[in-house]
Amino acid sequence: MKVWTCVVCGFIYDEAAGLPEEGIAPGTRWQDIPEGWACPDCGVAKADFEMVAV
Amino acid sequence: MEHIVIIGSGLAGYTLARELRKLDKAVPLIIITADDGRYYSKPLLSNALAQGKTADQLAGAFAPVMAEQLNAEVLAFSRVEEIDPVARSVRVAQRVIAYSKLVLALGADPVRPQLAGNAADSVLSVNDLMDYARFRERMAGARRVTILGGGLIGCEFANDLSHAGHQVDIVHPALHPLDRLLPEAAAQDLQRGLAGVGVTWHLGHTATAVNHAAAGYAVTLDDGVIIAADAVLAAIGLRPRVTLAQAAGIRAARGIQVNRLLETSAAGVYALGDCAEVAGHVLPYVMPLMAQARALAATLAGTPTEVVYPAMPVMVKTPACPVAVATVAEGLAGSWQVACGEEGVCALYQDDQQGLLGFALTGKQAGQRQALAKRLPALMP
Repeated sequence: MKVWTCVVCGFIYDEAAGLPEEGIAPGTRWQDIPEGWACPDCGVAKADFEMVAV
Repeated sequence: MEHIVIIGSGLAGYTLARELRKLDKAVPLIIITADDGRYYSKPLLSNALAQGKTADQLAGAFAPVMAEQLNAEVLAFSRVEEIDPVARSVRVAQRVIAYSKLVLALGADPVRPQLAGNAADSVLSVNDLMDYARFRERMAGARRVTILGGGLIGCEFANDLSHAGHQVDIVHPALHPLDRLLPEAAAQDLQRGLAGVGVTWHLGHTATAVNHAAAGYAVTLDDGVIIAADAVLAAIGLRPRVTLAQAAGIRAARGIQVNRLLETSAAGVYALGDCAEVAGHVLPYVMPLMAQARALAATLAGTPTEVVYPAMPVMVKTPACPVAVATVAEGLAGSWQVACGEEGVCALYQDDQQGLLGFALTGKQAGQRQALAKRLPALMP
């Protein structure tokens, strides 16, 4: 399981924790998050700004 | 023929260009910037020091690569001196560049504190990547850092500098940090959190002078207290850059005034990002900027599209006490319901029907910001 950070705002996505309130189950890998997903803190689309591994 | 000129290569200018290219790959595009034109994200500058990040590590592609990716001409180190909205052209050094659509993505300037003393000019501010490079260099030899301003940026820098091993003093005129955004209980929690990582507060005071001392600087406060510092950082607010627009007769108040199509008072001239006042809102945060960029890209590509703002909580990057805040839209009446506990502060601003209008969350409570945001009314539907 990896931890990722948004390259625009610094939002942290932890694969182990997921984002249950966004409908993303714990254990969801970054590559399995839909392409239309956007960073919940800054709105940057997944397709535009790859997250980078912490 | 249609040709678009964007002034500014910050997050606003480059995000707009990227969104535009998704819709129109061919329209001639020129991006003019006073900076080096390297891509970077400004929100990352206030918590990069403790991670040991250099300016180079924070930056993305250089101007020539950005130009290639965006199929645009990028004019770096080029300051626009004048806009002629009648002739539809801008002047840069000796060159006059015509446009059919002009976009102002000029950003904002840090507010400079009014200070006396022989070292007032040594006060730093970090507003762009080049500032950050200088700041990082100065911090290498600085043990004690005084921050002027306990707002969002001041608190983020305080936490970051403290994590990086510096001794931090914050001078803030109000009795609590982030007083313009947070109810008292949440502000106090943030204050305690930062004190817990070693930050010293000087609340209810302002700095009046900065002087050179035997070692470093002496920061004098309005009550006569003197703080010894090796560096002084100002973080007292941002002022949208409006002078270039005003000189061209384009209407500006707090920011360059635009309607929901992001049109200024001059035909064919648009504004977005930190320089813009959108239907009365000045919101220097990333989420509104992204919403603006998408709407304006569609408009420039031929489909007039008004910007829509959902509720947009702001996250304050202070790991010592994370804060999420959704400000209450103007004119909405209600009252704060505050619950405090081990998990932090959960302050909900509700109308008399228990409808949620805004919130301030600290500590672990900040984790429910997205769930709560779904219950908020849109800021600009």
